[in-house]
Amino acid sequence: MLTATLKSVLARKLRLVLSGLAVVLGVMFVSGSFVLTDTLDRSFKDLFATAYSEVDVEVAVKSKVGQDDPEAARAGTLTAADVAAVESVDGVRTAVGDVVGSARPIGENGKVLTTSGAPRLGIAWRDEGQEEIRDGRGPQRDDEVVISAYLAETGGFQVGEQLSVLTLEPKRTFTVTGIFGYPGDRDSLGGELTTAFTEATAQQLLLGTPGAYSGITVRADEGVSQTVLRDRVQGELGDAYQVKTGEQLAAESADEIGEGLAFFNYVLLGFAGIALFVGVFIILNTFSIIVAQRTRELALLRAMGASRRQMITSVVVEAVVIGLIASVVGLGAGIGVGALLATLFSTFGGGSLHLAGIAVPPSAIISSFAVGLVVTVVAALLPAVRASRIPPVAALREASTPDRPLTRLTVAGGVLTLAGGGLLGFGFADGTLWLIMSGLLVSFVGVALLTPLISRPVVSLIGRLLSWSVPGTLGRRNSARNPRRTAITAAALMVGISLITGVSVVLTSATTSMTKVADTQIKADLIISGESSANGQVGGTFAADRMDRITGTPGVESAFGWYNDGVLVNGERRFATAVTDVPAMERIFGLSAAGGTITDLEDGEIGVDAVSATALNLRQGSTATVQTTKGEQRTYTVAFVLAESRVVDDMLFLPESAVDGFALPQISSAFIKADQGADVADVRKRLEPLFADNPEVSVQDLSSYVRQQAAQLDTVLMMIQVLLALAILIAVLGVVNTLALSVVERTRELGLLRAIGMRRAQVMRMITVESVVISVFGALLGIVVGTALGVAAVRALEDMGITDIGIPWAQLGGYLLISAGIGVVAAILPAIRAARLNVLQAIAHDSA
Amino acid sequence: MGSAAKAVDVWKSYGTGEAAVTALAGVSVEFDRGRFTAIMGPSGSGKSTLMHCLAGLDTIDSGDVWIGGTKVNGLRDKGLTELRRSRVGFIFQQFNLLPTLTAEENITLPSAIGGRKVDRAWFDAVIDAVGLRDRLTHRPTQLSGGQQQRVACARALVARPEVVFADEPTGNLDSRSGAEVLGFLQRSARDFDQTVVMVTHDPNAASYADRVIFLADGQIVRELHHPTAAAVLDTMKVLDGDDRLVVA
Repeated sequence: MLTATLKSVLARKLRLVLSGLAVVLGVMFVSGSFVLTDTLDRSFKDLFATAYSEVDVEVAVKSKVGQDDPEAARAGTLTAADVAAVESVDGVRTAVGDVVGSARPIGENGKVLTTSGAPRLGIAWRDEGQEEIRDGRGPQRDDEVVISAYLAETGGFQVGEQLSVLTLEPKRTFTVTGIFGYPGDRDSLGGELTTAFTEATAQQLLLGTPGAYSGITVRADEGVSQTVLRDRVQGELGDAYQVKTGEQLAAESADEIGEGLAFFNYVLLGFAGIALFVGVFIILNTFSIIVAQRTRELALLRAMGASRRQMITSVVVEAVVIGLIASVVGLGAGIGVGALLATLFSTFGGGSLHLAGIAVPPSAIISSFAVGLVVTVVAALLPAVRASRIPPVAALREASTPDRPLTRLTVAGGVLTLAGGGLLGFGFADGTLWLIMSGLLVSFVGVALLTPLISRPVVSLIGRLLSWSVPGTLGRRNSARNPRRTAITAAALMVGISLITGVSVVLTSATTSMTKVADTQIKADLIISGESSANGQVGGTFAADRMDRITGTPGVESAFGWYNDGVLVNGERRFATAVTDVPAMERIFGLSAAGGTITDLEDGEIGVDAVSATALNLRQGSTATVQTTKGEQRTYTVAFVLAESRVVDDMLFLPESAVDGFALPQISSAFIKADQGADVADVRKRLEPLFADNPEVSVQDLSSYVRQQAAQLDTVLMMIQVLLALAILIAVLGVVNTLALSVVERTRELGLLRAIGMRRAQVMRMITVESVVISVFGALLGIVVGTALGVAAVRALEDMGITDIGIPWAQLGGYLLISAGIGVVAAILPAIRAARLNVLQAIAHDSA
Repeated sequence: MGSAAKAVDVWKSYGTGEAAVTALAGVSVEFDRGRFTAIMGPSGSGKSTLMHCLAGLDTIDSGDVWIGGTKVNGLRDKGLTELRRSRVGFIFQQFNLLPTLTAEENITLPSAIGGRKVDRAWFDAVIDAVGLRDRLTHRPTQLSGGQQQRVACARALVARPEVVFADEPTGNLDSRSGAEVLGFLQRSARDFDQTVVMVTHDPNAASYADRVIFLADGQIVRELHHPTAAAVLDTMKVLDGDDRLVVA
């Protein structure tokens, strides 16, 4: 029996390849994710080990609000006296004050250089530091800088050229006197852009305080361990300072990146899971078709005395063989893809991140085989059971088993869809991810079971659009003749399309809501803001003195700006805002008070909006303790509580006097209302020169500001589309698979058609129509299900400010068109195969 | 009156080298217009190959095959398709109909594929001749084997082809259904002047034809005109007695 099974697998290589390919792609995704994240993880560990290789102990000021900003340790600064104190500690060989802060170099096109996540740093140059001059010399004057080789390469800068840099202060221009690299011939440690100033300049520009240091790097005497030295330094300085060993810092940084990578890995695995879920549909369908086609062969085995168990075993063994082969191939391909992506990441993404060697973590191997085998076998179980139910007498019957009624299937589908919808409902209600995920899976299976019933009317409707010719009619009828097969094939496509549609609906609704709020509630004509918000990096703020010049500009009726920072309110981390002109905000944002009056806040007063009032349990007149990043903790009294508003959501207002305690006492955005009848474009032209020295800040009208915010959502959508593309690719394989198997099954029919005069091109058109009908049906299902999912999610997200449902009609139409195109592409190979059939052999073909 | 189809010194072999099998060894034969011809012979005699080559379903090694005034060998796929579509009709032993189409749609399929209009009067005449008037909206699965085969006959005739080729059309039918199909083929030759070429190994079926050609080892060995079943059987026995043949 086993031999017979294996021979049957080998005899039908096409089947092996087609059903295996879906698993190969899924497994490839899984193992690729593991290899990629493992490689990056080890690369980053290397990176931090190098970065801290010449640090035994490092001293910094402890953050008062419990979070360190990696780009600029602005929690507080150290003084030369602190450095001297550390230097005097027994066992310290050297103690050097560091100056590190944010410095954004401006490229030759006048725009600020960006990285994909790595910081843009400014440091004070140390001849004895780990940086090694490659060309030129270190900075000696206040208008000289040296730059990292990676920055020189990115911006195309050379020694002797001018370089402008944004720091805490607006644009300043320096002469590049040298280019430096890092040990091991690295251009950068991990893709960061570094500019090194003289110490005095760095202290002024990066820390805003002459004579200040952001940290102290300590090297130990021979024979003094890092931990011993750390404890001694800590003892000398006291608890206000954070003292850590180099090893500790390297491990902490690596862990932080590792957590990010682990999350990234989960995201990739989630999408791999979707792809594999789609793969289950494909394999199930393939095995079902094959069992149906082999009915007579299997019945013969039964007639000869094979038991039901043996029939099941035979199909499952076939699945195991396919699963094993597919896992091996998928693992191999995944290692390749992971290595390729890691290389791409190090070349384009993270700058010059030095890749640790590509290795295959055990997790990749284990998960590949587990996933490949489980998916294949689970998908084959149902067809296996069906094979075992074939009665021996079927061997004698003319093939073509009558279509079984769909009642049981439909009832099961209905129940599952409802159950899935319920799970989703609960999941959305309290944001439980696993409930949402299992709800999605269950409802997909439920809808898939319902599709055979839906397929009859819908397929015939879609088909009618395409059946203006005889081949078209035949193709349409072919796609309707086996509702289960068409349905599962279409359902596989549905999964990917519905997820994309769901996400599009949510994101479009977010944009719609945003636009609506902007149109109806915000009376600002112009908005001044930095591009920092776009990539989450520091930069794009401006000094408070610009606010006066904005309000003084002709044509400006009123304006306000705000400062932002994280604070601790009653020990809880919150986001705080200080507004330069609260009444102006009240007018421009259309706010009203639920308690107290909205006025500029006096020292010791805070304002809260409805959401944060509830969250922090505050009322007008109640008190709260607030700890800012740099200031002292103090008690504030609530001066006003805002009524619910769609513009202001979960905000806490501090008086302008509190910004001295902010990490960066600069304005991040300003909202401007123009005079009645003033030409907004003119006002904008008058405001722009105020920021000529700050290319990170732009003056925009409201609609382009909203568009810019919305554009960020487009990036999210694009990434999700790319990640779901694999699920769709697998579904396309499913269409190819179904068509190829149908062509084999209908060989004699095709022969007959050719014999009575059907041209090759007509045969191909017939197959193509069938394919397009299946694909468009799948896309329609996906769009309907996805829209329902999206609308449900939007309803659930109402609290998060997504209040208006937006349906991206153009995108949905695009998905339909794409799926029609997918149908055409999927039909190519089966159609060629069908057209090439030898007429004589086809007619003589044994269909059983 | 010329011939509707003819073969001139046709050679055809399968395989190469020592495994080569000669299926047709210099066959020359003409089929007159409006006549019903049966091709007989034991399995392996080359009778099906001859029909396939005449119909342009198979290629030949040498010689010429003509349908009406068209030389079939030398036509490329497009020409062959055109030939099959408008000049030739087919009836196979089994699996003659598309399961997704009704009887009427099956019958008009060749015209529909070719984008031609069906001659309604002719269509009606054919339908009445095969006696399928009340079965036109049925699907093949709702028809008996004999009915299905009569639908196939009607389909072959409705495009008014030069020749109808029938490959063991009664092989899968009981004797009564078979008789209906054969009677129809006979009438279509007599009444509609339709040339019919049928391959069979059933002497009784052959007796419906105007002429019977006997093939053995790829050559035409005997010919009977206006045969009776008994005469056909006798001829087969004689040929069998030749010891050159093994009757299947």
